[in-house]
Amino acid sequence: MSLTRKQAALWLLFAGPVAVFSVWAVVDNAPLYFKTLLNGLTLASLYFLVASGFTLVFGLMRNVNLAHGSLYLLGAYVGWVVGENTGSWLLAVAAGFLSAAVLGLLLQVFIFRFMEGQDLRQTLVTIGLSIVLADLMLWAFGGEIYTFDPPALIYGSTVLPVIEKFPTYRLFVLLAAIVIGIGLWTFLAKTRVGMMIRAGVDDRGMLAASGVNVQLVFAVTFAIGAGLAGLAGVVGGTALSISPGEDTRYLLASLVVVIVGGMGSVVGASIGALLIGLAEQFGLAYAPTYSVVFTFVIMVVALAFRPRGLMGKAG
Amino acid sequence: MSASQWRRAMNSAATAAAPTLATRPATAARAPTSPGAGMDAMPMSSWLARLAARIRPRHLVVLAAAVAYPFLASPFFTYQIGAQSLALGLIALSLTFLGGYGGMVSLAQMTVAGVAGYGIAIFGTSSFPAISLGWPWWLAACISLTAATVFAAVVGWLSVRTEGIYTIMITLAVGVAFFYLAQQNYTVFNGFGGFSKIAAPELFGIDFREPVPFYFVALGCALAGYLLVRHLVRAPFGVALQGIRDNPRRMASLGYHVNAHRIAAYAVSGLLAAVGGVLMVWYNGRISPGTVNLAQMIGILIIAVLGGMKHPIGAFIGAIVYVLLQNFAIDLFIRERFNLVIGGVFLAIVLFSPDGLLGLWAKLRSRLVQGPISPRKRRQP
Repeated sequence: MSLTRKQAALWLLFAGPVAVFSVWAVVDNAPLYFKTLLNGLTLASLYFLVASGFTLVFGLMRNVNLAHGSLYLLGAYVGWVVGENTGSWLLAVAAGFLSAAVLGLLLQVFIFRFMEGQDLRQTLVTIGLSIVLADLMLWAFGGEIYTFDPPALIYGSTVLPVIEKFPTYRLFVLLAAIVIGIGLWTFLAKTRVGMMIRAGVDDRGMLAASGVNVQLVFAVTFAIGAGLAGLAGVVGGTALSISPGEDTRYLLASLVVVIVGGMGSVVGASIGALLIGLAEQFGLAYAPTYSVVFTFVIMVVALAFRPRGLMGKAG
Repeated sequence: MSASQWRRAMNSAATAAAPTLATRPATAARAPTSPGAGMDAMPMSSWLARLAARIRPRHLVVLAAAVAYPFLASPFFTYQIGAQSLALGLIALSLTFLGGYGGMVSLAQMTVAGVAGYGIAIFGTSSFPAISLGWPWWLAACISLTAATVFAAVVGWLSVRTEGIYTIMITLAVGVAFFYLAQQNYTVFNGFGGFSKIAAPELFGIDFREPVPFYFVALGCALAGYLLVRHLVRAPFGVALQGIRDNPRRMASLGYHVNAHRIAAYAVSGLLAAVGGVLMVWYNGRISPGTVNLAQMIGILIIAVLGGMKHPIGAFIGAIVYVLLQNFAIDLFIRERFNLVIGGVFLAIVLFSPDGLLGLWAKLRSRLVQGPISPRKRRQP
């Protein structure tokens, strides 16, 4: 009973100020508030796409892939080249997914397989890889900013109530993230491979003992996780733009999202992405020079009350 | 707790017992040199005697070389290579202490150094008087060192709530968040431009911006930091810290406050990094978000891993290699591709010699010298 009272007090402590702020902001300037809300949801969708792969890989292999941001940027650049040459945005998305997935697969098969259980060494390798990849991409693509042309169907703007105009593409990103999120959940919950992955997250040794080729499961997971980052690269690159340094930005976002949401949990990643995306956009709209502080405060609060993240399992 | 977890815990306890026991007798064996003196209140003279008993010829050779270096080398080598290596090495030393002896690899050491550097700029004098308070250098330095140490302790308090690989993620997130804050905020950190014209002090008629005096300040700080780490890892605190690194559960059941030791380790390493940060800002004369960006944070990790995290001297060896590569590798390859070179070197070290250059050296020596390794083996010419 005391626990529920404590929880109620916590909810009041955190939800109260947010509710008060929302009421004030809606009364003060409703279009700005709802526009920021939608922007926040769009950003949260992007963060979810990037972070879900990160959390999947970590949950199964205990591999903190700090080259995840580089995979995002690689997918974006490859997608841009394909999109430029074929003129098809959908092909660009597919190319982004495939290129990052193939690189992820190669990394798992040729490097990480040989250092299983050495968490720190794997992490150091991913750091080295991220430096090398970032510099190679800077070499190949230079410091310019690249942008995509999405198909006409999802280009332009949509008229919505309260907010007069909102870019259609951002609504599409939101929709895509929801579809991919549900797809990922279905894959993990309903299919046989998904079952193996979930079993591996809980107990790798037991999964191997029951006759499953764990290396194959690892490779598939790494490919999907990396591929999601590459796909997010094209989708996110279309919503914003691609330039060197984006890898760091999305790496930080993925880190904070999974720290807040809990490692290895796709649901946790979606909750974390929502919190961080909304906090960032509202921070930018209402307190521009301190927007990073909000992200940071959310992380600190989450760590203080739930050290393993909101959806994390107790160690 | 399941049976398999118990078994695993017992096994790791058994393997961890060996190094823990190995460090204990080492402390006990040196006790006879200072009979009757408690570890906590060691008289200065016997402390010096203990120090003298540990000095080997190779220590004197390195020290003599370091002292003679600025008189033999050109000002460029004294300042750009020598002093920069010492300052960077000091920051990397803080990571070696934290990672090698505490088992907590923090990526935020450059951020801690950056906090100290920003402190010097904000409380001292710079080209931006609207923000800089213009206080005397010693006051600014004291405040900066304190602030950075407190900052490191807070980072430690945050990250010890979780363990192992989470540490690297949380410290990375803290460091990158600080970078973005420094870049976005113009009221305190002066945004993208940062601060410039931050002067090293002039004292007793010696201008510490000159290469040779600055080199000796850096050498003094580096030596003090090195000796502090060497002393701490033999002191009860350091031995307990290494015990916690090897098996936190066993240390907790022995009655040690695991988290308090870890946070204290963060604070100590924070002080070391802060001193390095003050040296860096005096060396560069400026500080901006670029000083604390991801590349610089990882640079410190590269230095520590490059040299080898098993011994404090590795940090300085790594720093010398890093600075030399930074200054000369770009002439050999293409000028802009420094990151590719350093990333490749780092990758090779991590993949093939996890103990860094020191590990490589030890491997080489054990291959060259058949039989037991003599500690007084002459260096290869």
